[in-house]
Amino acid sequence: MKVTVKSARCKECGLCYSFCPKGAISFSQDTNASGYHPVMVDDEKCIGCGTCYITCPDGVFHVLKSERGVL
Amino acid sequence: MPAERKVPEMIDRPMSFCPGCGHGIIIRLICECLEELGQDQNVIFPIGVGCSSNLGGGLVADRLHCLHGRAGAVATGIKRVNPDNLVITYQGDGDAYSIGIAETTNAAYRNENITVITVNNTNFGMTGGQMSLTTMEGQKTSTTVHGRDCSVTGFPIRFPELVASQFHPAYVARGSVSSPANIKKTKGYIKKALQAQINREGYSMVEVMSPCPVNWGMKPIQAMERINNDLISYYPLGEFTEKGGETR
Repeated sequence: MKVTVKSARCKECGLCYSFCPKGAISFSQDTNASGYHPVMVDDEKCIGCGTCYITCPDGVFHVLKSERGVL
Repeated sequence: MPAERKVPEMIDRPMSFCPGCGHGIIIRLICECLEELGQDQNVIFPIGVGCSSNLGGGLVADRLHCLHGRAGAVATGIKRVNPDNLVITYQGDGDAYSIGIAETTNAAYRNENITVITVNNTNFGMTGGQMSLTTMEGQKTSTTVHGRDCSVTGFPIRFPELVASQFHPAYVARGSVSSPANIKKTKGYIKKALQAQINREGYSMVEVMSPCPVNWGMKPIQAMERINNDLISYYPLGEFTEKGGETR
């Protein structure tokens, strides 16, 4: 796993969804406590670039550290 | 190779901004810069009134909610009494310009050694999207329902350019949160502004163009596109003044 998602904070603004260069982000069918559909990250498509972290206004994403050469 | 990216501890909790609001990005950039400069335990935030007041729910740092528009004056007092603390005012455009133009201008005129972060979303966001000094010509707000008529109200203010051209500040820049590239550049501007204060160079200011999707009546991504397509041509991004280490 390259990115963890704090679903409870997501407000479904879609900025990460729009800016993700690999189209790895989608919206869940479930709702969080605030009534939004939180984002999910497709680990197969994700390259760990951190664009979602940079554009998220609500601190949903945490890009994990990985070993050199291991993606 | 991914590097670890984690929200700084001092801002790592839920906040009550609207979906797609730029405030969350901007305060995260400030806190990242503070952590990188090793100043996250040495900072005082005079916070303006408006959407910027919502910071109170998430930011764990010494802070003071100032009277509307008066953060420039309050920051002056805090900095003169505590010259070793970093003092960062965090205000919106309605607070810093429309309501508090006197205090904001006078702090810049005196070249106080403070950092001013102004979030420009071209309206008064919290109270329902009224016209502010930065509202664009023709923009519809709840107090200019037919669009802003600049022949009656005057033209949108470009405050960083005013400060850079008329006074002698240490660092003045304008950034934007409208794309990942602009967000990275804005972080660089904020870091230089804080470094200028640490070096006691004088007044430093960064205005950040930020979306207000709810009051603009747009989706968050459309609001970002509005900044890129319509606002940046009037509010150019970049650095306007840089002393580069020269103390005042």
